[in-house]
Amino acid sequence: MNKITCECGHVNPEGTHLCEKCGRPLTEEDKKQKIVDMKYEGSAIRSKTYNKTIIDKIWNFFSSVKVGVTIIIVTLIVAAVGTFLPQVVYVNVADGEDVKQAYVDSYGTFGKIYYNLGLTDIYSSWWFQTLIGMLAISIIVASLDRGIPLYKSLKNQRVKRHESFMKRQRIFGQKEMPSAEADESLDLADKKMKELKYNVRREENALLAEKGRFARLGPYVNHLGLIIFLFGVMLRLMPGFYIDEDLWIREGETESIPGMEGYYLHSNKFTFQTYEKGEQTKEFNQSKAAVNSVAKNYQTDVVLYKAKDSAIAGDTENLKKIKKSAIKVNEPLKYNGYGLYQMDFRLNELKAMHFDLVNKKTGKSLGEVTIDLADPKKVYKIDDQTKVELKGYYPTFSGFDNGEPQSESPIPNNPAFIFKMYTPETPKGETSFVAIKQTLEPLGTTKYKMKFASIDTRNVSGLTVRKDKTLPILALGGIIFMIGVVMGSYWSHRRLWLQKTADGRLIMAAHTNKNWFSLKKDLNAVTDFAHLPAWIDQQDEDDLKKKQENEKEGDHNL
Amino acid sequence: MSLIDLSGSLLFIAFIAYLVATLFFGGAIKGTKQDASKSNKNWGKIAITITIIGFIANLGYFITRWIYAGHAPVSNMFEFTTAFGMFVVGAFILIYFIYRLPALGLFALPIAILIIAYASMFPKEVTPLIPALKSYWLTIHVITAAIGESILSISAVAGLIYLMKNVDTTKRTKSSIWLEIVMYAVVLVLGFVIVTTTFKAIGYEADFSYVDKNGAQQEITYNTPALFGMHQYELKSSGKMEPLAEMPAIVNAKKLTTVVWSVIFGTVLYGLIRLILRKPICRVVQPLTKRVNSQLLDEIGYRSVLIGFPVFTLGALIFAMIWAQEAWSRFWGWDPKEVWALITWLFYAAFLHLRLSKGWQGEKSAWLAVVGFAIIMFNLVAVNLVIAGLHSYAG
Ligand code: HEM
Repeated sequence: MNKITCECGHVNPEGTHLCEKCGRPLTEEDKKQKIVDMKYEGSAIRSKTYNKTIIDKIWNFFSSVKVGVTIIIVTLIVAAVGTFLPQVVYVNVADGEDVKQAYVDSYGTFGKIYYNLGLTDIYSSWWFQTLIGMLAISIIVASLDRGIPLYKSLKNQRVKRHESFMKRQRIFGQKEMPSAEADESLDLADKKMKELKYNVRREENALLAEKGRFARLGPYVNHLGLIIFLFGVMLRLMPGFYIDEDLWIREGETESIPGMEGYYLHSNKFTFQTYEKGEQTKEFNQSKAAVNSVAKNYQTDVVLYKAKDSAIAGDTENLKKIKKSAIKVNEPLKYNGYGLYQMDFRLNELKAMHFDLVNKKTGKSLGEVTIDLADPKKVYKIDDQTKVELKGYYPTFSGFDNGEPQSESPIPNNPAFIFKMYTPETPKGETSFVAIKQTLEPLGTTKYKMKFASIDTRNVSGLTVRKDKTLPILALGGIIFMIGVVMGSYWSHRRLWLQKTADGRLIMAAHTNKNWFSLKKDLNAVTDFAHLPAWIDQQDEDDLKKKQENEKEGDHNL
Repeated sequence: MSLIDLSGSLLFIAFIAYLVATLFFGGAIKGTKQDASKSNKNWGKIAITITIIGFIANLGYFITRWIYAGHAPVSNMFEFTTAFGMFVVGAFILIYFIYRLPALGLFALPIAILIIAYASMFPKEVTPLIPALKSYWLTIHVITAAIGESILSISAVAGLIYLMKNVDTTKRTKSSIWLEIVMYAVVLVLGFVIVTTTFKAIGYEADFSYVDKNGAQQEITYNTPALFGMHQYELKSSGKMEPLAEMPAIVNAKKLTTVVWSVIFGTVLYGLIRLILRKPICRVVQPLTKRVNSQLLDEIGYRSVLIGFPVFTLGALIFAMIWAQEAWSRFWGWDPKEVWALITWLFYAAFLHLRLSKGWQGEKSAWLAVVGFAIIMFNLVAVNLVIAGLHSYAG
């Protein structure tokens, strides 16, 4: 590496623009500039120094703020495109229907194109994820590239800066002053700046008042937070870090909890409530929407059980009660890092059906049969000579295929049965097919029939079982991000340099990384108090105009 | 007087106070000298005092309505938009006490007034909360996000003043045309307010039945003469205008009708203004900005983004994620409202990074701030009303 030795004797790394110690501009180009570029204190930035090997090129690509901003903007646009139509997860696709067809049905040709382009599941596409990956790389590279040299040069800075450095600051002023007076000015400035909560250091004839240096590290801290967050998001792809299961549970049932080994859940009751008309004040109900059954509460009352250690899997007899709880929307049941969330429900699912075995002619009943639809028995005995055999059970009867009854699903939406009825009168048995609103007698007319009496229903809760071990990492990332962004946004790094020169002048310069007007307020406070030179902002048009006018009038104290 | 009436009156007082304060801010920038005169300063003091009184009344509205409803009044379009308008005034007061620039008030207050006027076009009833919205995390999330957005909006106000001052409106350049388009957009909002108020005053109501996209028979009441009919509509009220065209089921023709009426009214209004003024609106507004220092405006624009960005991040992303984790069992679900919060956030991140490069201060930065405001408004209006997601408030 070609180190650069400054006139002051300090050895700077290759690529340095302003000497780390005294601030002298080191290259011809820097010497020509009216105002120095203070962005990274003129320190050596790797990406601005090397550009030879392929690694240099990749490094430079990702460290460029322009590239970074481009990635951010592209991500933003892609994200926006994904909101034109609902994403797949938010689309209701009826059983057996094609997803693509669902888009075509709802949105026509546009929906078809949108689907074909893969925009309906945009956020899980490999290219969107690649984009986020590039964003992460860019943040890491840019932060290392600039953060480290910036940190070093802020640590190395000396109180006394070379005049050529001070002259090239945005805020600069000078005036001739006898040595004793200048010393007094330095003392006064020292006092005032301390009052303004600046850190004041002095060295020979020079003074440096500095405030809020830590703000310069803000961006690097917030980038670190972002990286930790993105790392956490990636971790969930690892097995075990993230569990996401559904659990449908009926009232009165005890089910083992998927993803939660050894735990069981019992549902006592599911409740769905809507707001009632008189429930709120008058104004409340002026809106039609308010009256039209606005949902008020979804709630499942549950008991959480754990299997005893000795129990074999699936044994639901030997359970230890852990807690009783009500799961509501916004109030999940939390246990041991797991969460059970109220997500969905089905009201009034059929539970049981009651039939009377009656003589068709007399209408006399021989007794009642209750069929538990979740757990039907083979034979229902009424007395020694009277019984009903269940020959077939079709929970969601969907019609006949080749004379065979068919069932679409195991959920009892539309149950149908084949019964064989034995009575003292018909000891050989009679067969009858019974579905809702339909009775068939395929093997000839029967004397008896199963007369529908009533049904029992119950509600079903749709719960989500969730465990997310990455949450603490995400929270950590979020907190670090917030700390960094607040550091960098609510504080600024302000510096004032004063120096008594050998030829009898007092010169001053000031710099801030942002919020110049706030810096100027501080400077105004100290300038009069310590008899400092009148200064100007060399980038402010109004100030420059004033300076020109003054010069025309022959006033040369600047 | 019941609490809800009191609440309404307080909002009205705030509204009037903002109007009056705007006039006083006008007095504070009168004159030709570069430095503010003594009279200017007095006008400025009165103006900010009235603004603060208005803001306190506005807070009073918010608190009384909160007590009355039993939940934070940010749960429907009227409530949320009104709160947003209030926070814009609050953010303005905050920035005013850092930089003491009266011109900022002259532009920020009318924008807040317009936002509140826009809000009051929506149904003002207190509505009951659906279960998903019953969470204090949601309340914290919505309020913090709105405060963040309002601070970010002040950067757009500063940007607008910067552009007014620095864009040469006597020439037909891209900048001057766009600036006039911004003025036109403001007039369109006014058009919406006028249309809605007018038909409300007349009491226009036309009932329709239609078939929604699930094939179910529905009813809907139009409050403006129907230009577009819902899918397979049938007019139920007699003597009302028949729609000119029927829309497919995925389009809400009622909202479309309102939008088109607003554009028609707004455009006519804009035409009238141009006829009376005989020049572009921005050239009439421009002289108000003559005495402001451009660099100061640039700094205010940047500073408000710096102040607003962390608040927005906290409210719109972090608190939102915590709430989503509680309510939906996942902290992020890519639903449109979430995505648009992310887009807003990315946009302002891009803004902050662009300012690090040379040449992006001043005019470009001012335009970015205006675009940022447009995104926030899109978020509030279009995403809520059009791209309905989980968060969609208005029905
Ligand atoms: C969404 C992602 C990002 C966020 C939220 C973010 C946030 C921030 C914030 C808030 C600042 C402080 C800005 C200011 O004070 O005006 C900053 C500075 C910075 N960011 Fe990022 N950033 C992101 C991505 C990136 C990327 C991709 C790069 C890559 C080039 C990058 C490079 C930088 C640099 C070089 C600085 C300036 C540091 C300094 O002034 O010392 N950032 N970032």
